[in-house]
Amino acid sequence: MIAERLALFQSTALSTLLDVAPIVAILAVFQFAVLRRRPPRLRRIAIGFVYVLVGLTLFLIGLDEALFPLGETMARQLTAPERIGGAGWSGYLPVYAFAAAIGFATTIAEPSLIAVAVKAEEISGGSVGATGLRIAVAVGVAAGVALGCLRIVTGTPLAWYIVAAYAVVILQTIRAQRAIVPLAYDSGGVTTSTVTVPVVAALGLGLAASVPGRSPLIDGFGLIAFASVFPIVSVLGYAWVASRLGRRRNPTKNPGS
Amino acid sequence: MRRFLDALRDLAPIFLVIAFFQVAVLQQPFPDIGRVSFGTVCVVLGLVLFMQGLETALFPIGEAMADAFARKGNAAALLAFAFCLGFGTTVAEPALIAVAAKAADIAAGAGAIADGTEARTAYAFELRMVVAIAVGVAIVLGVLRILKGWPLHWMIIGGYLIVTALTPFAPDEIVGVAYDSGGVTTSTITVPLVTALGIGLAGSIGGRNPMVDGFGLIAFASLTPMIGVLAYGVLS
Repeated sequence: MIAERLALFQSTALSTLLDVAPIVAILAVFQFAVLRRRPPRLRRIAIGFVYVLVGLTLFLIGLDEALFPLGETMARQLTAPERIGGAGWSGYLPVYAFAAAIGFATTIAEPSLIAVAVKAEEISGGSVGATGLRIAVAVGVAAGVALGCLRIVTGTPLAWYIVAAYAVVILQTIRAQRAIVPLAYDSGGVTTSTVTVPVVAALGLGLAASVPGRSPLIDGFGLIAFASVFPIVSVLGYAWVASRLGRRRNPTKNPGS
Repeated sequence: MRRFLDALRDLAPIFLVIAFFQVAVLQQPFPDIGRVSFGTVCVVLGLVLFMQGLETALFPIGEAMADAFARKGNAAALLAFAFCLGFGTTVAEPALIAVAAKAADIAAGAGAIADGTEARTAYAFELRMVVAIAVGVAIVLGVLRILKGWPLHWMIIGGYLIVTALTPFAPDEIVGVAYDSGGVTTSTITVPLVTALGIGLAGSIGGRNPMVDGFGLIAFASLTPMIGVLAYGVLS
């Protein structure tokens, strides 16, 4: 048991190291050959990289041990033909519920989103709250993944949904405050990372395999795209609602700021 | 200690969702408590350590390099760095390798490429290169935008229009892969580094607002791979 876990630790640590190595190499080459100066507090940064390496390794091992097998099994069981409560899109209601719940929960745990949210709160001087931002993004992912499952069940073309979501984003951008737009666009890309992708991909493949007439190879794709566009909509929407509420509370404040 | 509580709070929803669906919906017993608790301890500890490393390494090095490049005033070196960072962090990304391999299976199944190991490997490799170059170009474009102060939304909306215009001409089997490729490229280490780089640049160049000009690099990195893969599908 212990030998098995040590081996798992070793192989995960190695793959994380291979992931980090090109980044460290690029940073080092430009730091020393192009910028020709030692970065301030080099020792502290080196120790920090060790933290990142060990932290990510433990994180991935934990996910592999505790979450991914369960999440993938559940995605398979929930989409198994004998569990589906009838023909048509409504027979798949538990699947949509699971998709939304797991999309929300994995997004809250996504380390890269935590990083961006922490930075956004710091830069905005607290006017963008890290927790509020993360919840807004997670709601967007939840809605996106659930809608993506509905698309797999109904078999409608992926492009319709994505292009429609783009149209909504463009309309929202016109109405939005300028300062929130870049952050909202970024939040689309950061949500689909270490935690979300494996579970959501398993859900898409399981669903596409069990719905009659769908091919897992073609229809299994697309959930990640939903999970990257809908957070932009939800963050812009959240900022719009927050600014309306704020304006009502402080009518004297300059609404343009 | 605070980080520890934060990590517990961040991970609680996943455990609640899985436990709820396992017990209440699927009505199955919770499997192998020992293994799940071991995994849980690892996930929590890992997140705590990662957050510590984020604050001591990834954010400071990103901002320090942005500041050093801004002071050196060598735009060509900065853009070369931007390309290498985007390309280098993407080309070996495990999620991308998995998606490219699956895309090759789809293309072979649809008859778009010859059904052999060699053809599939070549196709998957080309796809990976397209995506990695696209991410390199994305970071270059994003850094140029910060230097010049171009408004982000026009560039992103322009990108959306290109994606929309290319989609009808791309083979059906590649559209799903292309749309997903935007999401899989941004890894947990790249995101904090690139974010810190953008904010550092916006902070070091006069007349830029970190909130308006510093964010947006990730947005480019999730848009250009879609354009790259769609264009690859149209051309090949």
